[in-house]
Amino acid sequence: MKAKHQRLVLALVAVGAMSGSALLAMSALGDRAAYFQAPSDVARTGIEPGRAIRLGGMVDRGSISRGGDGVSIRFTVSDGGGRVPVRFTGITPDLFREGSGMVAEGRFGSDGVFVADTILAKHDERYMPPGMNTDVTSGSASPGTTTVAR
Amino acid sequence: MHALANPARFLKIARPLTPILTLGGAGLATVGAWAGLTQTPADYLQGDSVRILYVHVPAAWLGMGGWMGLAIACLTQIVWRHPLAGIAARAIAVPGMVFAGLCLATGSIWGRPTWGTWWEWDGRMTSMLVLFFLYAGFIALARASDGQDGAAEGGGISRVTAIFGLVGAVNVPIINRSVVWWNSLHQGPSITLRGSSIAPEILWPLALTALGFTLLFAGIVLMRMRAILAGAKVEARMRRMAAA
Repeated sequence: MKAKHQRLVLALVAVGAMSGSALLAMSALGDRAAYFQAPSDVARTGIEPGRAIRLGGMVDRGSISRGGDGVSIRFTVSDGGGRVPVRFTGITPDLFREGSGMVAEGRFGSDGVFVADTILAKHDERYMPPGMNTDVTSGSASPGTTTVAR
Repeated sequence: MHALANPARFLKIARPLTPILTLGGAGLATVGAWAGLTQTPADYLQGDSVRILYVHVPAAWLGMGGWMGLAIACLTQIVWRHPLAGIAARAIAVPGMVFAGLCLATGSIWGRPTWGTWWEWDGRMTSMLVLFFLYAGFIALARASDGQDGAAEGGGISRVTAIFGLVGAVNVPIINRSVVWWNSLHQGPSITLRGSSIAPEILWPLALTALGFTLLFAGIVLMRMRAILAGAKVEARMRRMAAA
């Protein structure tokens, strides 16, 4: 075997070992690398009140109710495997709306309501002109239900 | 490949190719950006802020693709010790870092009006930032180990730099998969092998800017490779003159 063939084999073995170990490390990281927890995760693991977490999911249609002060809102978030009521006082991003994704930072109160400190909007991977919106929402591909809960 | 590994032959091809790639790429990117700003409809949800994708997406692809090219050049350097491979790796690093930085900057600008935040430590953003730092590390390492173990003479890179370039490649698939493996604020992939979830009316200028920025990237790499070769030639001549 010539020297450069030896180097080639060695380099390829090293690349394979590196990729394998990186893959193992990433799969071991698992949910701990997740940016937020979905309602189904919360239902499964049972998060104690007062612990700071990020909660992510779809804002249920028709669930947003605004308080008398104009800045307090209540809504529920779900991901198909669970549903969590959320309370928030403050200004939400423009893209925060019913039927769309969101991520809230905050903690559960003792009453089981998630009290959010900040709210971020999460949009899905679809981009389209305004006219097509109605076609898609009425069609089989209901928007947003597929992406957030993954 | 072997024919191109000869620097003299490479220069003969690279010289006329550089302006073609650079000007052609810049022209295509300009047309694509103009079309993206004026000729496409706004997004149903995000409005006009969606238009930044014509820069953000090619920048992200080139930031990641640049490192793949760099890693292949490093592998070639380690295995075949072609004189041009190390020069190519070094030439890719700077535009790669620029495009990775452009991706982070445009992403941040895009994130503020849509998500409501400039920056969050989710999987996609964190792994892209790591790529940016890897580029910085590669450039620093290549410079710091100049003139070591022979390979760096003539503008190439040292062996440790080449190994660093190869190891850093593990981050690229992590960036790509970060939105699939983990819950993230960044949305999932829009363009996959199964098709695109971007409406065709919005999508088409992206093809122009993606191709344009890619050609521009290639043009910059050729430019830098020629500059590195010229610099090495000057240095060799100076050394001869000093010795005489």
